[in-house]
Amino acid sequence: MAWVNAIIQGILTGGLYALFACGLSLMFGVMKVVNLAHGDLAVIGGYVAIGIITVTHLPVLWSIVVVVPLMAALGYVLQRTLIQASLDRSVLTTLIVTFGLSVVIENGLLQFFTANSRAIGTGNAIITSSFSLGSQIQIAYLLVVIFATAVIVLLGLQYFLSRSKYGRLIRAVADDKEAAQMCGADYRHVFGIAAAIAFGTVALAGIAYEVLAGYLVFLAVLVVRPEGLTARRARS
Amino acid sequence: MSEQGRGEDAADPLLEVRELTVHHGQLRALDRISLRVFPGEVYAIIGANGAGKSTLLRTIAGLHHPTEGSILLDGQDVTRVRPERRATRGIVLVPEGRRLFGSLSVEENLQVGATYARKGPWTIERVYELFGWMRERRAQRTAQLSGGEQQSVAIGRALVANPRVLLLDELSLGLAPVVVQRIYGMLPQILATGLTVLLVEQDVSQALRVASHLQCLLEGHTTLEARPAEVTAEQVEAAYFGLNVRPGPAPAVGERSEPLWPGSTRSSRAS
Repeated sequence: MAWVNAIIQGILTGGLYALFACGLSLMFGVMKVVNLAHGDLAVIGGYVAIGIITVTHLPVLWSIVVVVPLMAALGYVLQRTLIQASLDRSVLTTLIVTFGLSVVIENGLLQFFTANSRAIGTGNAIITSSFSLGSQIQIAYLLVVIFATAVIVLLGLQYFLSRSKYGRLIRAVADDKEAAQMCGADYRHVFGIAAAIAFGTVALAGIAYEVLAGYLVFLAVLVVRPEGLTARRARS
Repeated sequence: MSEQGRGEDAADPLLEVRELTVHHGQLRALDRISLRVFPGEVYAIIGANGAGKSTLLRTIAGLHHPTEGSILLDGQDVTRVRPERRATRGIVLVPEGRRLFGSLSVEENLQVGATYARKGPWTIERVYELFGWMRERRAQRTAQLSGGEQQSVAIGRALVANPRVLLLDELSLGLAPVVVQRIYGMLPQILATGLTVLLVEQDVSQALRVASHLQCLLEGHTTLEARPAEVTAEQVEAAYFGLNVRPGPAPAVGERSEPLWPGSTRSSRAS
């Protein structure tokens, strides 16, 4: 039964990773930017959520409604300024610039929030409890919720890209930005929208991860604790 | 097209290029090129490879920055306007090599073209009417189309933006002569909706057939500017290759339709 457990927990955790990855993939696919600061942006999303919850005492779910648009706006602004400026020089420049951004964010967070790990407590019994499958497999509701969120976000993104006006423009610009200009589309604006989506989803992943981390800290009954998650915490 | 369209006082030019100089790095690709395109006209720019034809069109579309000179649309200076803004103001380029969005379907290509369209007669429906085969195959990826079909989609994508001036860059590139004829055969229907066309073409006989005004470029310079009816085959050939030939008397209209290039017997003089 151990391997069945491993597979189930692995798939559920994979949902979180997919949420982390979709923004990275979108930015690379559309503007050929390898955003080395992507992971740090997830941590920022988490910290902004903690900050908002601490100050306003909003429930976690409501903090998402604030943090995701906030990070999306940051994504648009960063893309239109810093990242576009480096893209205008060369694709390789974006590697250096996003690496620099990563260093700045990490050290900034260390400076202001210290190296202690933090987590968001949801205070919600349903979220923090788990259910059993058979005698040996315990599945946290939270992991299921995060997995479901990831599936919804990815399907939604897919639908947006294939059906909506801006999704179509994003694909067109990814194909040939000069031809898109000839159609009257400002590719820098379209890049900004793609970056906004990427930053929004990574913020969501960051929050999901922080909540999950809280779950890990407070309950510590999760059968599988993926190494990746603990390694990431130690770093931030 | 008509006499009054060309009258210098009868109308203001829709598109005017003044003393345009463009550099590609050290290379002077265009040297003080001027042209005036009047409403309803088909203005053809001919010239050999590397004459600067495509550079001229791309500069008008905003994809190259001129070192000197200015571009005016309907009397307004658009020299510093970004390419996407020029498109929405009515200068739309059908680029060389078609440049369709490869991962999008035929219909999606047209939809992208229509996203920032000006108001006007052209819709996706109307493009489907112009190119009969297109409606049936609208869900296909453009990579599955033949070269001529792709060129039609590229033209359709430009038309749905309802341009005032349509810039056509080497429509005949890589296409069979019969396909080229068919595509140029669509031009009257397109012009009937009130468009003005500025086209670049290596196929001189094709350009002479459709154009109401002609300019020949050679290594970035203007070597000939005239109406097709006013020039002889010799003059066009001389301008095309840079030969020093005295202007002769204008030929009868019938004589002009003989092939000039490729296949001109006199072309041996160039070598």
